[in-house]
Amino acid sequence: MNMLGNIDSLSYYVGDTLLLALALLVVIIDLMGRGRAHGVTGAAALLSIAAVIGVIWVGPVVDERLFYGMVRADSLARAFKLIIGVCAFATLLVSLQTSEVSDRLRGEFFALILFATYGMFLMVSASNLLAAYLGIEMASISSYILAGFLARRTRSSEAAFKYVIYGSVASGVMLFGISLVFGMAGTVDIAVLADRLAMAPPMGVTMALVLMFAGFGYKIASVPFHMWSPDVYEGSPLPVTAFLSVASKAAGFGLVIRFFRDGMGTAAVMATVDWPLFLAVVSAVTMTVGNLAAFGQTNVKRLLAYSSIAHGGYLLMGVVAMGGSLRAESLSGVLFYFLAYLFMNLGAFYVVLHLASPSRLGSEDISAYRGLIRRSPLLAILMSVFLFSLIGLPPFAGFWGKLYLFKSVVDGSLTAGGINGHSFLWLVVLGLLNSAISLYYYFSVVRAMLLEEGDETSRVAVNPVFAVLLIALMLPTVLLGFVTDRSVVDGQLAGSSTPTTVAKTASP
Amino acid sequence: MDLLTLLWLVPIIGVALVLLAPRMVARVVSLMVTGATLVIGVLVWQQFNTGESVMQLVKKASWIEQFDIEYHVGVDGLSIALVILTGIIAVIGVIASWNIGAETKREGTEKAYFAMYLLLVAGMFGFFVAQDLILFYVFFELTLLPMYFLIGVWGGPRREYAAIKFFLYTLFGSVFMLVAILALYFQSGPDGARTFSIPALTQLDLPVGIVNWLWFGFFLGFAIKVPIFPFHTWLPDAHVEAPTPISVILAGVLLKMGTYGLIRMNVQVLGSASEKWWTFLAVLAVVNIVYGSFCAMAQKDLKKLVAYSSVGHMGFVLLGIAARTPEGLNGAIFQMVSHGLLSAMLFLVVGVIYNRAHHRYIVYPDDPELLRRYHIDVSKAGKLGFGGLATTMPVYTGIMTVAFFGSLGLPGMSGFIGEVLALMGAWRVYPVLTIISAVGILLGAAYFLWTIQRMFLGAENEDWKGLPDVNGRELLTLVPLGVLVILLGVLPWIATNLSAETVSNLQVVQETIKSLAKL
Repeated sequence: MNMLGNIDSLSYYVGDTLLLALALLVVIIDLMGRGRAHGVTGAAALLSIAAVIGVIWVGPVVDERLFYGMVRADSLARAFKLIIGVCAFATLLVSLQTSEVSDRLRGEFFALILFATYGMFLMVSASNLLAAYLGIEMASISSYILAGFLARRTRSSEAAFKYVIYGSVASGVMLFGISLVFGMAGTVDIAVLADRLAMAPPMGVTMALVLMFAGFGYKIASVPFHMWSPDVYEGSPLPVTAFLSVASKAAGFGLVIRFFRDGMGTAAVMATVDWPLFLAVVSAVTMTVGNLAAFGQTNVKRLLAYSSIAHGGYLLMGVVAMGGSLRAESLSGVLFYFLAYLFMNLGAFYVVLHLASPSRLGSEDISAYRGLIRRSPLLAILMSVFLFSLIGLPPFAGFWGKLYLFKSVVDGSLTAGGINGHSFLWLVVLGLLNSAISLYYYFSVVRAMLLEEGDETSRVAVNPVFAVLLIALMLPTVLLGFVTDRSVVDGQLAGSSTPTTVAKTASP
Repeated sequence: MDLLTLLWLVPIIGVALVLLAPRMVARVVSLMVTGATLVIGVLVWQQFNTGESVMQLVKKASWIEQFDIEYHVGVDGLSIALVILTGIIAVIGVIASWNIGAETKREGTEKAYFAMYLLLVAGMFGFFVAQDLILFYVFFELTLLPMYFLIGVWGGPRREYAAIKFFLYTLFGSVFMLVAILALYFQSGPDGARTFSIPALTQLDLPVGIVNWLWFGFFLGFAIKVPIFPFHTWLPDAHVEAPTPISVILAGVLLKMGTYGLIRMNVQVLGSASEKWWTFLAVLAVVNIVYGSFCAMAQKDLKKLVAYSSVGHMGFVLLGIAARTPEGLNGAIFQMVSHGLLSAMLFLVVGVIYNRAHHRYIVYPDDPELLRRYHIDVSKAGKLGFGGLATTMPVYTGIMTVAFFGSLGLPGMSGFIGEVLALMGAWRVYPVLTIISAVGILLGAAYFLWTIQRMFLGAENEDWKGLPDVNGRELLTLVPLGVLVILLGVLPWIATNLSAETVSNLQVVQETIKSLAKL
């Protein structure tokens, strides 16, 4: 790992630079077209993000510190950038089709998504708390505007307003936490934080951690910083909701993993502040609150919003496991889960989005979904598959994701020394119980679609672009678990160049 | 392609074929597919060497290497009989589903029905042959989704409630099973040498403290499936709402997944669990027998009666398992097969009368709400639902007698052998509990005979005088089962030979024999 200067760094920062340049280009195209060339703008944005994904995908896998240690280029950043990039691509594709956004404003909409994506890229690659803060702000401010994009719709304005207030308070508190860290450690460089914090007063570190977690928790929508998310998810234009629920969460998790694993991951720091226990409690509360709140929701969009809070809780279990000795296994579990979550959650949201258009169901209520299997077998079956996967039923991708997450916690807990001295088997049991009870509310949608008879029987037309997109999301949701060599998925995504397989003894 | 892979792969391919086929051909395709699996099952039986105790016809391949997950299938004495049973019941279920669209008033849904049916069949076969714990778990769960839809779409008036209850209960149990699987995996060796392979895990020598916890985890998962008291409440609901062929599958095979899991994991892999767990299981077995039988006796709905009788009869399987003696375990496996055939027959018998009379009350209920649901006149509340059916439907009565007498344990039929073997096996270990269980046989005789008296004997019920007797298709489902029940009753070694060698070589069985010899 080298510390590189500004000029040397650029060669490892091609994807991000390209994204920023192309985002500006999209703005210029939009301005030159005077808001009428939204087709061109959309195509340009779509091509831009595809190019960025391509550059990151084919680029070499490195482990370097760029811009004098502000940014890190490594496999963690690469994996999360790819997930965020794919999500942005899908969001742009859907935004081209949706009627929610007026044509005049479409260009700005595309540009904002690209800017938000850049902010998220910065979050997952930041190796310095100030760079991370910049990333959070860049992603957040773009997201605020995106959430309130339907200015005429009260709910959308309300969403943006709530989002701004929550977001600014959270980032303010976080900034205060960062300043405490700086006071104690004399640095905000995540790479050297661990060594410096080991000597800091435990009370102060705990305080700083809690304050900073306000910012992290807000990004990953963990309890008690989750209150904004159902309202924002409900009020925002649907492509934005899907984008926030996956990409924004991924960015938050990239940062959380980087901060806890690299910045506070040494035994000395964990002896001072027991963050694995802290995160385990947050994880337990988050998944339970998310799931319980999802019960009784009659609006599918809100139901999915609460469910994605619960999924944040499951994902935190993987971060908890990083407090133990099996870090590579935990990271691979989190990444696999995110990959599954990317496909299944986007899929579910896009079905809702598609059905919500006035020419189809015109509603997001579960009662409107009754008898959907007769009106549109394709959408009903696709939605069911996404929901099965979200529950974590085998053989769908969500099951394997959960299996690897839970396995990493079980393995970590049972290893001598446990996870920072704790056994988190209770967390695994709680996670599994939560998945079991989540069946009930996910199945309220499945039941309405497949088991109940609706009043309407007219066919629901499916837009071919959506059909292709949804099937493209469904295939990995079904098949991801059957990719036999898991190191290929992980290796490609995380770019680990070292073989992860270990020698096995033949079993009798 | 090896035979055991084909067992679950053929039904999966069948799902695609059914979806592609025209609507009214779906059932023909399903019959061919399940027929093919039965043939494969028979071929497996032929190639199976009863003189060997180890896993046979093994197919092993690496699957997800990074996590030590393997594709690993095989059969031994513990599973071979159930594989064949699944093949038989699957075919009979298709024949019983022949007019499923019309019978459930859901015409036009045949393709979806048979697709779900074949998926269920694939899951059941896969579960019985899987030898890798993750594969085992995946197949265990794979049966849930199709079952949910089969009950939830094609079921009775409260189908949605029954379907979700079934699903939630089973999923809840499997939570603890999955934790136990992951923990067992971790205990299986040092980092890098761990495994999910069941035969390899059998060789482990774990401290009894850990084994006890794992035992309980697996127990919870399987107890709900069996079902063991007090986790049994989903079963009567599911049966009452499920269409006949699905009840047949549920009682015939699905419940056996629970007891098979207990034998495979709790007995074979975790047999060294402490004595108190086995006593605990034996006590629950007795509760199942006695409580199930008493509940059956109190039922007014014939299907509910049969459902509760299942709870009771599965108790004998549990008793045999808890004893861990050769007779006990062979008896348990035999009773699983016997109950699979008999309960399938009983539910088909219930289906025959329900399809004709559109109700199946031995005695009409007093609840006006229930009466209204089945379009029954309120004035009939509390009166006999049928009566003198022996005059109206003589052939039906004959077949019913075989099913009822087989179930109540009449010598010469398979139910007798299963129960006696289980009781014999348990006698040496739990004499007091065995005596109490023997009373259960008496209770079984009581409710079955009482039912015969109320439904088939006595004066003919004016309302149901003109009911037609069983038709050819129904005979096609009932007669083979009846023949098998009598065949196994007369020549029980056909089935016991299959399991004997594997059972007597189980470590826990040998230890039990040793400790009994000391007494």
